[in-house]
Amino acid sequence: MNRRRSDIALAAALLALALFPLAGSTFYLQLVTKIMAMAIFAMSLDLLVGYTGLVSLGHAAFFGIAGYTLALLSPQYEAANLWTTLPAAMAACAMFALVTGALVLRTSGIYFIMVTLAFAQMAYFVFHDTALGGGSDGIYIYVKPEMKLAGRTLLDLGDLGQFYDLVLILMTAVYLFLRRLLGSPFGRALAGIRANEQRMRSLGFPTFRYKLAAYVIAGALAGISGYLAALQFGFVNPEILSWHNSGIVLMMVILGGMGTLHGAIIGAFALVLLQEVLANQAWFGEAAKHWQLAMGVLIVLVALFLPRGLAGLGARPRKASADGR
Amino acid sequence: MDFYFFLIQVLNGVQYGLLLFLVASGLTLIFGIMGIINLAHGSFYMLGAYLAWSLAQYTGSLTAAIALGVVLTIALGIALEQVLFRHLYARDHLYQVLLTYGLILVFDELRSMIWGDDVHGVAVPALLAFSIPLTENLSYPFYRLAMSAVCLVIAGALWLLIRHTRLGMMIRAGASNREMVQALGINIRLVYTVVFALGVALAGFAGMLAAPVSSVFPSMGGQVLIISFVVVVIGGIGSVWGALAAALLIGMADTFGKVLVPEVSAAIVYLVMAAVLLWRPEGLFKR
Repeated sequence: MNRRRSDIALAAALLALALFPLAGSTFYLQLVTKIMAMAIFAMSLDLLVGYTGLVSLGHAAFFGIAGYTLALLSPQYEAANLWTTLPAAMAACAMFALVTGALVLRTSGIYFIMVTLAFAQMAYFVFHDTALGGGSDGIYIYVKPEMKLAGRTLLDLGDLGQFYDLVLILMTAVYLFLRRLLGSPFGRALAGIRANEQRMRSLGFPTFRYKLAAYVIAGALAGISGYLAALQFGFVNPEILSWHNSGIVLMMVILGGMGTLHGAIIGAFALVLLQEVLANQAWFGEAAKHWQLAMGVLIVLVALFLPRGLAGLGARPRKASADGR
Repeated sequence: MDFYFFLIQVLNGVQYGLLLFLVASGLTLIFGIMGIINLAHGSFYMLGAYLAWSLAQYTGSLTAAIALGVVLTIALGIALEQVLFRHLYARDHLYQVLLTYGLILVFDELRSMIWGDDVHGVAVPALLAFSIPLTENLSYPFYRLAMSAVCLVIAGALWLLIRHTRLGMMIRAGASNREMVQALGINIRLVYTVVFALGVALAGFAGMLAAPVSSVFPSMGGQVLIISFVVVVIGGIGSVWGALAAALLIGMADTFGKVLVPEVSAAIVYLVMAAVLLWRPEGLFKR
């Protein structure tokens, strides 16, 4: 697919998402909201996995830290302020990414996968085993944050449709931001690092700093998704930091197609919707109970037969380029 | 902490460590030689435990169940390698991750369909079901000692296999340079099949051994998977001896962590791993 055609397809998809609340029931509105938040999560991981060549299995740490930041900053019976809590959540994630990133980026390959996992597990146990975040029960967020401008409520986040709009706007913003970033000299340097780090270093690029910057940006963006998820469901518990969550978002990125931002969005939709469809009792009756089996088989088939993930489905075969994209 | 209490903790740590070694040795061989990140390795451990439980009911003997179970897991390993993994060697590692993630779902659901989601206890064979008294009120179950002994025998057998047989030579050669081995006329595909089946059987066997101690429950695969990865990475990928040393280290750290600092015991394993990797970014026994 050339750039122009893919842009048209993308604009059409976004338009469809924007019009969706007119048609969808409450259940599907909530479902799509959840998926779009996950899509932000998956895109932030794609920046690391697909563009920088850093496979992280600890990305859920950022998701959870952002959620807990919102929960801890929310006054019990009053609304928190979105303009302060969202940046605070992103800043907390960026700080965690800066500190752990400086350590984990000393390793590479599968060791990197495991050290990111180790730090995420430590964060998990901090929330699970200490009283800081309510232990294994987690914390409820009783009142949704407010989004006001000059005294007027911009979007009422308690309203399903308006919250949907916010998530859609943020997903689009993150997509456009990442696309811009990846097209910039900074993004080209990341692609260079992915292809051949040593050569980039000998060309004079401080590759460690580039990777750390990418890690911090990815962490902060993942924070947006964790914040939105905590806001939507009204509670946080340690499970949002668990390695299962890190695993699922990684599967979204691989399933959708690594190194294509829209692939991450497709992967998020595919994985969640697939589960919804396969577990639909009205369609599959008794067999719906065993949706995991069908899902597992489908994932196996994608791994075997779609070498570039779902995003590669509509694309014409391309010659392998230097950076593999 | 008096001496016997300390002794019991050491024995527990060693026993847990040796069990981890069985799982991790297969994982490290499969990664080191075939380059496959096998997320489904924990599922093989879980399948082993469930096989031991259900076969022990049919045959009436845990020993017979284990013998039968090992044969079945070897067959499963060969089948998986031939049908699925064979097609992914040339691809990005992450597609193998995707494949094995799909397999986790498949095995979990099959387990649920065949055996249900309940927790089951497995009886220790009558011959081994006694405890060795240490003091008036402290004793140590003999089965756990027997388990450690079996694990040590397996570790020894692995050593013999890898160091002193022709197959072991091929395995070591395949790990260091695949193309060269092929060029010298060795059927590397066969080596891969053997290594994969061996890894699956080791994980399954560990599950069978552990069944009477830990009981049999659905989430046992996921738990052991992550901790085995920790062991593999600390030991240095592809190094069986590294896996042994790391497994004992983790077994001890976990056991003593639970006794000495129960509040943070769960994080200790990961703390150890982070410390080791920051000190030696490629594990203790880099090949």
